[in-house]
Amino acid sequence: MDLPWLTLLVAVPLVGALATALSPRSGRLPQQVALGFSLLTLVLAAAVALSWNLGEGMQLTETYAWIPALGVHLAWGVDGLGLLMVGLTAVLVPVVLLAAWRDTETDLDGVGQGSAAGFAALVMALEGLSMAVFLATDVFLFYLVFEATLIPAYFLVGGYGRAGRSAAAIKFLVFQLGGGLVMLAGVLGLYVVSAQAGSPSYLLSDLMALDIPTEAGRWLFAAFFVAFAVKAPLFPVHTWLADTTGKATPATSVLLVSVLDKIGTFGMLRFCLGIFPEASQWATPVVVALALISIVYGAVLAIGQDDVLRLIGLTSLSHFGFIVLGIFVFSTAGGSGAVLYMVNHGVGTAALFLVAGYITARRGTTSIRELGGQEKVTPVMSAMLLIAGLATLSLPGLSPFVSEFLVLIAAFQYAWWVGAIAVTAIVLAAIYILWMYQRSMTGPPPELPEGSPARRDLGVREVVAVLPLMVALVGFGFFPQPLLDASNDYVGDLLTHVGVTDESPTVSAPAADASAEEGEH
Amino acid sequence: MHYFTADGHAAVPVLDPSAADGVTALLWLVVALPLLGAVVLLLGGRRTDAWGHWLATALPMGSFVLSVLMLVDLMGRDEAERSVTQHLWTWLSVGDLDVGLDLLLDPLSVLFLLLITGVGSLIHVYSIGYMSHDPRRRRFFAYLNLFVAAMLTLVLSENYLGLFLGWEGVGLASYLLIGFWQHKPSAAAAAKKAFVINRVGDMGLALALGLMFVTFGTFSFTEVSALASGASSTVLTALGLLLLLGAAGKSAQVPLQAWLLDAMEGPTPVSALIHAATMVTAGVYLVVRSNFIFERAPHAQTVVVVVATVTVLWGAVIGCAKDDIKKALAGSTMSQIGYMMLAAGLGVYGYAFAIFHLITHGFFKANMFLGAGSVMHGMDDDVNMRHYGALRKAMPVTFLTFAMGYLAIIGFPLFSGFWSKDKIIETALVENPVAGVCALVGAGVTGFYMTRLMLMTFLGKQRWRDGVHPHESPSVMTGPLVVLAALSALGGVLYLGGWIVDWLAPVVGEAPEHELPVPAIVYTLVTLVVVAVGVAVAWAMFGRREVPDTAPEKVSPFTTAARHDLYGDAINDSLVVGPGRGVTRGLVALDEKVVDPTFTDGASVMGGVGQVIKRLQTGYVRSYALSVLAGAVLLLAALLVVNL
Repeated sequence: MDLPWLTLLVAVPLVGALATALSPRSGRLPQQVALGFSLLTLVLAAAVALSWNLGEGMQLTETYAWIPALGVHLAWGVDGLGLLMVGLTAVLVPVVLLAAWRDTETDLDGVGQGSAAGFAALVMALEGLSMAVFLATDVFLFYLVFEATLIPAYFLVGGYGRAGRSAAAIKFLVFQLGGGLVMLAGVLGLYVVSAQAGSPSYLLSDLMALDIPTEAGRWLFAAFFVAFAVKAPLFPVHTWLADTTGKATPATSVLLVSVLDKIGTFGMLRFCLGIFPEASQWATPVVVALALISIVYGAVLAIGQDDVLRLIGLTSLSHFGFIVLGIFVFSTAGGSGAVLYMVNHGVGTAALFLVAGYITARRGTTSIRELGGQEKVTPVMSAMLLIAGLATLSLPGLSPFVSEFLVLIAAFQYAWWVGAIAVTAIVLAAIYILWMYQRSMTGPPPELPEGSPARRDLGVREVVAVLPLMVALVGFGFFPQPLLDASNDYVGDLLTHVGVTDESPTVSAPAADASAEEGEH
Repeated sequence: MHYFTADGHAAVPVLDPSAADGVTALLWLVVALPLLGAVVLLLGGRRTDAWGHWLATALPMGSFVLSVLMLVDLMGRDEAERSVTQHLWTWLSVGDLDVGLDLLLDPLSVLFLLLITGVGSLIHVYSIGYMSHDPRRRRFFAYLNLFVAAMLTLVLSENYLGLFLGWEGVGLASYLLIGFWQHKPSAAAAAKKAFVINRVGDMGLALALGLMFVTFGTFSFTEVSALASGASSTVLTALGLLLLLGAAGKSAQVPLQAWLLDAMEGPTPVSALIHAATMVTAGVYLVVRSNFIFERAPHAQTVVVVVATVTVLWGAVIGCAKDDIKKALAGSTMSQIGYMMLAAGLGVYGYAFAIFHLITHGFFKANMFLGAGSVMHGMDDDVNMRHYGALRKAMPVTFLTFAMGYLAIIGFPLFSGFWSKDKIIETALVENPVAGVCALVGAGVTGFYMTRLMLMTFLGKQRWRDGVHPHESPSVMTGPLVVLAALSALGGVLYLGGWIVDWLAPVVGEAPEHELPVPAIVYTLVTLVVVAVGVAVAWAMFGRREVPDTAPEKVSPFTTAARHDLYGDAINDSLVVGPGRGVTRGLVALDEKVVDPTFTDGASVMGGVGQVIKRLQTGYVRSYALSVLAGAVLLLAALLVVNL
């Protein structure tokens, strides 16, 4: 079938958002509508994945002229990177909708919650816009949808969650808009550069072919990079992250951290490295330093948290440090590891947020100090928390290990001391996860009043919601190659474009002669 | 310093396995059986409560049978053909790096298969009795199966990454089992401590993998063993030291030893299987397996010897001062692994003896830990030996089997430990006299603390608490004790005619003849005298005199230090944990007070933009939406202007 697959992939969730918002608010109908549309989107994403071929670069492209005078197009395309991000988004949205099915009924601080229908509609809107971000092959279009994602995200943070969420939402928005403004300057600058070279065009393929003057390229790179660093986030522009995840509902945090933040590292790959390869390599020392600081700093901050939802947010700072490090060491292992990391982190962090959400909703507190002893009461729930936690600390056998390992060895190859600094994260991660688990789940069972929801272990809906994530964590831990094939494919093309080749091992040919001689003595 | 062998004395073997066939083609099944048990029991839930422990016991037994068949198969082959691999699937492939989940069966790994599945099966059987009253028994067996599968992965992997998978897998199982009674805060804390300290060691292993990637572009034992001779000595030394860091974490070698004593919080069968017989010896396996690196890294070998020697004495001293029977045994384990590590550090002269002692120790230490569990079972879970005494009559089978383990560990002539420890001391005395003398002293101390333990537990007068009625354990528990006691006594047959040395030679190399300055019997006799002195001192202190039922308080600073594990925790706390807490608090404050305000106050970095935005913080969403729109309009306008 010759359908405009990618347009559909963007349009279906957006239509879903509209349908959810407009559907009669009888019972759970709006949520059911949203879930239906999110599953339809998942099917579409699967169809796109099936018709996508390794080794063919950007595929299923659609290009429609939009503002010819400016060289702006409505242009979609999907490559290995885009495919993985689309897949991640398509899987996470139904998971989140299902996990948050009753979220609006709990009211942690007596500040009320928005409507369930509104939540579902906003999630669908965010999905549609995120799809657009990952599929846009026109920089102008990307910028528009990049900024547009903030609208549903803002309402999700501001309308659902705990006391203080309004301030958190504003902080979130201020940071994002600040980053976006800097990027706007870059987008404008790109027009100038493109126009000077002939006819202006915002198409990614045109911009990648452009010979941008070194000086201009570096300024423009910086503009894009700042926006993406805020988004990702990277030290020192990360402070919105924990404030947001601490106040938003865990379901919202999943969408923010697992999907929306990926736009930051996605943008670094696609636009920073894609359009400004020279400047990207020029900036590498600074970026690697920021990434290393983020890895260690985020992990240490996470250890020091008492609020479990802030803690999870800060683990992501550390993990985004890894992703950025993998991108900027410029090797197949690093790049492919980073892309895979984006997927794995999305899945692992989603599992952690959602299970932590189950717990905090039951106990009515997010303070780790006030939890404790839950394992005896709700063994399934704490087992889920442990699995998600082990994924977060990159235990081999679970998928995040593969990506973190690849980034680590690539970092080691870049410079041994970079690897040595980054590797401390494996100890720090063990501390923040297991100490959190120890304090929240182990110890003598808590004294819970009769009828306390915390006496109830996970229900069927709650298990079904996170089960796909658990299966993915284990499955891709042992069989990561399908994902790696897509990321290898993308990173191979990207490194060729940047003009970097992998270093060969220092010892490659067997020194058979020497050892044979040794033996004859 | 005779052990610079790589430069001319002996060739370091290069692995050259062929594809698995016949019975060895079932290699995957050895791992898959216990893994299946873990999966069935964990996912099956309460439905498997009634029969889960039987399944979980039968599956490692199946693996044991397969392992025996594989040993027979390998023995029937020519020496050069005793190494086979099985490729399961490609784990990850990126650029030129291609890592398979590949298994390697060779003379070294097959011995581990037998030890893990053999002793593992016995401990499963024992646990049926030991855990019979625990409401979470199914989960216990699931974790035990998980452990066995992970440990088998560790020793069967053909590459370092697969080894790391097993390595962390056993770490997870150890975490779950130390913290099995996690409603006890001490157990939960011990579990976390073990995992975190192990991860410190894992940093070394992870960096070693990074260095291998850069140097060789592969993690395969076969390929690295062929390429290693081409690497610079700096790289090889670094690799050796990084691997040692990993080994020290897993095998509780100084300075990463502090977790092992706390690990005794786990149920006793766990202490026997994981924290004595198998997992904690993984570091020794790693060093022996990496002989193609260490043989070319003499400086790294020296560090191995130093670490091991310190640990031999460190653990032995702790073992002397503990009244908790499990902690006394844990100190002993630390010390005995030190012996194995020492042998491994001595290079080609010692590898085979390291593995020999590892196996005999697996027998007698599992035997004694299970014996200790049997004692606790009869004493209402009291672990304080000052509350024991005269248990030989109440628990005759436990006593007799424990005595076999005792005679083995002190190196009583003809018992298994006699052969294996004696060879290590002899080799050390020849190759590195300082370490050798320390090992000899360690043997004496071993004689002391083990005799003390025997006397306080089984002999002397009874010091039982009120209401305690010691009784012999059921046969499901004593059965395994009898088997392990027999193995403790007879394990020395592995050295009959030098069998284990010849068997392992294709993997670890063949040691050149070394001239002993004095006949071998002299070493043996000296060792026996030193051990006898240790035993005699213990007899004088604990056999002839009455054992006080509370620990004496007026003791030498030396004893106080030993009771406090030689201040291992205090050192960690003051050097690492305390400063770490300070750094954490400092960074959290920095983040709140400096980093965050820098941007939210819009003062410096974002300058005017921040101020403008701040003024827009009206809280009304429409104004934000408006600003997004304004941005877009501004953009369009700007573009039009530029275009025209």
